[in-house]
Amino acid sequence: MKLTQGSKLTQGCFSYLPDLTDEQITSQVQYCLSNGWAVNIEFTDDPHPRNTYWEMWGLPMFDLQDAAGVMMELAECRRVYGDRYIRISGFDSSHGWESVRISFLVNRPPQEAEFELVRQEGAGRAIRYTTVRKPAAHASQ
Amino acid sequence: MLDVPHATTTDQSETQFDLRKEAEAAGITDTLQQLDRELIGLKPVKNRVRQIASLLLIERIRQRAGLASAPPTLHMSFTGNPGTGKTTVALRMAKILHGLGFVRRGQVISVTRDDLVGQYIGHTAPKTKEILKKAMGGVLFIDEAYYLHRPDNERDYGQESIEILLQVMENQREDLVVILAGYGERMTSFFASNPGFRSRIAHHIEFPDYAEAELLVIAELMLKERGYRFSAAAREAFEKYIALRRTQPFFSNARSIRNAVDRIRLRQADRLVSDLNRMLDVADLETIDPADVLASRVFNGGAAAERSVKA
Ligand SMILES: Nc1ncnc2c1ncn2[C@@H]1O[C@H](COP(=O)(O)OP(=O)(O)OP(=O)(O)O)[C@@H](O)[C@H]1O
Ligand SMILES: [Mg+2]
Repeated sequence: MKLTQGSKLTQGCFSYLPDLTDEQITSQVQYCLSNGWAVNIEFTDDPHPRNTYWEMWGLPMFDLQDAAGVMMELAECRRVYGDRYIRISGFDSSHGWESVRISFLVNRPPQEAEFELVRQEGAGRAIRYTTVRKPAAHASQ
Repeated sequence: MLDVPHATTTDQSETQFDLRKEAEAAGITDTLQQLDRELIGLKPVKNRVRQIASLLLIERIRQRAGLASAPPTLHMSFTGNPGTGKTTVALRMAKILHGLGFVRRGQVISVTRDDLVGQYIGHTAPKTKEILKKAMGGVLFIDEAYYLHRPDNERDYGQESIEILLQVMENQREDLVVILAGYGERMTSFFASNPGFRSRIAHHIEFPDYAEAELLVIAELMLKERGYRFSAAAREAFEKYIALRRTQPFFSNARSIRNAVDRIRLRQADRLVSDLNRMLDVADLETIDPADVLASRVFNGGAAAERSVKA
């Protein structure tokens, strides 16, 4: 599994592409709303791939007509947590789906998190892998 | 992406416009005709709505012609007595704005102070924002807007809500249209103490009270929608009813008429059922008799008089 591309964290949809512009985010959100999905804004300073539970910014937004409402919240979230990862997800509550249908990053910290895969050899040549976050090397300079 | 964004196509500006086609494509001919047909009276209101619709239509065409065009301010205030059709017209307005593409979705979120203002510190901003988020892309209709402002209490949370609203009305004019509604004088004093609102509102529309003849036509329209009609004598009785009701307390124009119509139906049904030994025909079912009208307590001095007799 590839966790980063260059120094960019790759998680969710579109993360191999250049960062989405606000206009592009708006279109994606509008797509979610028009499908009747609940839109969530979440943020974290711990983007470990196994950390599925990010902090929620407010409640899920399931009764909006227009993406401008979500963008208003996103602007507010960026103002407060601009130094963290922020993602938007769309949850489909309809029967049979009942799960997240889309999730994508909408904000990165100035200093991206980096991960490495550490291999451990156990008894009987068993191998364990651990995803370890690298200490922010250049941050302390 | 395959579809070309609009901005690039306007480079070669169009020079010829078929006005009828433009108006029809925007759906405003239909909406305006419907407004004319379904709403009785309200001449000044209809004129203003038509003017606004024309302005927006021309604005849209000017844009395509490459002429200078600024996104117009569309926030409005509707003033008038209870039951004069403010809410009804706001709904139509949203349709018109949507048809012309000045709001993206066209929903109407109708709120009062309680929906916007919280009970304790830190409660108001999230409440107001929640409503604003829902209204984005459509129309936010604030009924009895003056309750947002409590002049007697400087620390009232209403002020916080007002400030958020003002900011959004200014900065997100393309995202939503705000319509403030309320009774005439109180709105005037509200605007006097909140000049911020006054200056952000482009259209002040006054809703006049209905004349008696208009109220009668409204009643007949409402009956027709429900599949009833007055007999000639009942019509005369209802004319008297209107004249009396107008002088009594809590008269609220078309809404009082709607309530009267509902009660008349009740009495008609009661009259029919009171005699089970007869055959009914369609005419019986449709017709309102004078008795159905005259049994109203409006003819003995109205609700207030009745109460004072009992007391
Ligand atoms: N011109 C009209 N023709 C037909 N029906 C009307 C007209 N005006 C109002 N009505 C009817 O009267 C009722 C009350 O109208 P509406 O709710 O729009 O009044 P309002 O001005 O918003 O009153 P309030 O200030 O009390 O909220 C509605 O049922 C509406 O359909
Ligand atoms: Mg109303």
